[in-house]
Amino acid sequence: MEFIIQNYQDTRSGFGVGLHEVGKANPKVVALCADLIGSLKMDAFVKDFPERFFQTGIAEANMIGIAAGLTIGGFIPFTGTFANFSTGRVYDQIRQSVAYSGKNVKICASHAGVTLGEDGATHQILEDIGLMKMLPGMTVIVPCDFNQTRAAVHAIAAYDGPVYLRFGRPKVPNFTSDTEPLIIGKAQMLQQGTDVSIFATGHLVWKAIEAIQQLEKEGIHAELINIHTIKPLDDTAILESVRKTKCVVTAEEHQRNGGLGDSIAQLLVREFPLPLEMVAVNDQFGQSGTPDELLTYYGLESQDIIAAVKKVISRK
Amino acid sequence: MIEIQKLERIASQVRRDIVRMVHGCQSGHPGGSLGCTDFLTALYFHEMKVKTEKFEMNGLDEDIFFLSNGHLSPVFYSVLARRGYFKISDLGSFRQLHSALQGHPTTHEGLPGVRISSGSLGQGMSNAIGAAQAKKLLKDQSLVFVLMGDGEQQEGQVWEAAMYAAGKNVDNLVAAIDYNGQQIDGPVSKVMPLGDLGAKYESFGWIVNSFDGNNMQEVVETLELARKTAHQGKPQLLLMKTEMGQGIDFMVGSHKWHGAAPTDEQLKNALSQLEETLGDY
Repeated sequence: MEFIIQNYQDTRSGFGVGLHEVGKANPKVVALCADLIGSLKMDAFVKDFPERFFQTGIAEANMIGIAAGLTIGGFIPFTGTFANFSTGRVYDQIRQSVAYSGKNVKICASHAGVTLGEDGATHQILEDIGLMKMLPGMTVIVPCDFNQTRAAVHAIAAYDGPVYLRFGRPKVPNFTSDTEPLIIGKAQMLQQGTDVSIFATGHLVWKAIEAIQQLEKEGIHAELINIHTIKPLDDTAILESVRKTKCVVTAEEHQRNGGLGDSIAQLLVREFPLPLEMVAVNDQFGQSGTPDELLTYYGLESQDIIAAVKKVISRK
Repeated sequence: MIEIQKLERIASQVRRDIVRMVHGCQSGHPGGSLGCTDFLTALYFHEMKVKTEKFEMNGLDEDIFFLSNGHLSPVFYSVLARRGYFKISDLGSFRQLHSALQGHPTTHEGLPGVRISSGSLGQGMSNAIGAAQAKKLLKDQSLVFVLMGDGEQQEGQVWEAAMYAAGKNVDNLVAAIDYNGQQIDGPVSKVMPLGDLGAKYESFGWIVNSFDGNNMQEVVETLELARKTAHQGKPQLLLMKTEMGQGIDFMVGSHKWHGAAPTDEQLKNALSQLEETLGDY
């Protein structure tokens, strides 16, 4: 299959466009931000729907609490801040006021992972997927590019329940269809193959595409599936793939502990144990650097996926 | 005067419910619940306009209350049941397996009258602000009330919310603080002094009104004044002086009854001090 780069765009801009569109379509959509409107690309929403926008200042705990309260009036709040401040900083507020209370809050988180770059480890959260997926009833979505992030915003606006939506800072290849809706909980088949199943999420999906193109030249037919919804996991699609390929590589910009690889490993251990290699950060904090330097240093590049594929095939 | 006597009679029954509930499961928090009984009784049986026949989460065109200090669940549950949100007999299931009356209030089991989970302190004012902002968007003139503890003021989120409510003119919000001066480890003044709480809120831009929260007449007058003062640009704080364990002589004023259950003998003694006005559950 050919993958065509339409342009290079940041996923956070996909969020901004999507938020403006759902805000226009549905007067129940409201947005909150903790002093990061520009970074979250929420400017268009703020400009066109000022009465439905709530600036909380640098007070994320209060923002989550207010968002939970807004749902009681029937509104659909989207909170926006960096992934670190969207999760770790406000975990108890999300746990009690949102998840346990079953509130229809959309926690939208930018600048996730090491591709945040130069700001360094304080801001580069690599634990957020794990934190969020552990909460009962929480849906966790990590789209791979601009178009898919925009589609994700439409999908979560239409879904009734708490959602964590994770996206990022850098401009990355935008290659998915701009008309294809995101179906929550339904994995996206990107290329069928027979030798190995690669399950990737977020920015690592494009890295995986680069990897399978190289592998194809070497005669390895990899299957690539984009897991944009980490919870609920598409067990059916994953098991169908691995029954065919008999080995697995997972790829994500997150810690091994608690990430996509962890979820898939749990599924396989329960249902169909197989060799599995994880391309992920292994129990380390990030650091300052360019996104590309950091992806290379932490082993999150296409060549790392290729190496993992070769290793896992040898373990079959 | 007849209204005050009616409310005091309800409060007596609510206090009986509280000690019986806590005794029944041998756990829970009677002290703060007894101290806030007069306030919650006046709120639900006098001041708030509520719809109890069919509970609606959105609370549209009715007043909404949030219990931020969720450990006061005994008084909250008793008042909700006595007001007609759910069966009074359900009070007997407090803190038992599969009960909707969890140790701390939650929406998770669908208990009518509860609009958010609370227990982990410091979150209720933020929730109340959200509900108040929703009412403004919906052009709903009814009010949002929230009760917090005094010890709870040690939580940082409370001050994030206090800054927001004043800074963004959330003037349909009425927050109350149960100022009993006690917390688990002892007097608030020793554990972590709050300073001049009223002056702090005033400096943030709130209207502050101090009163005796165990004097039904004062409670009613303060709540009536709060409604008249609402919608004028500022949030309101009701600084409510109460006694932990109010109404029962061996409990009153002591932090030891924050989270302790009475023995059979103590229950008997307590109930002998509280008239059964509406029939025990």
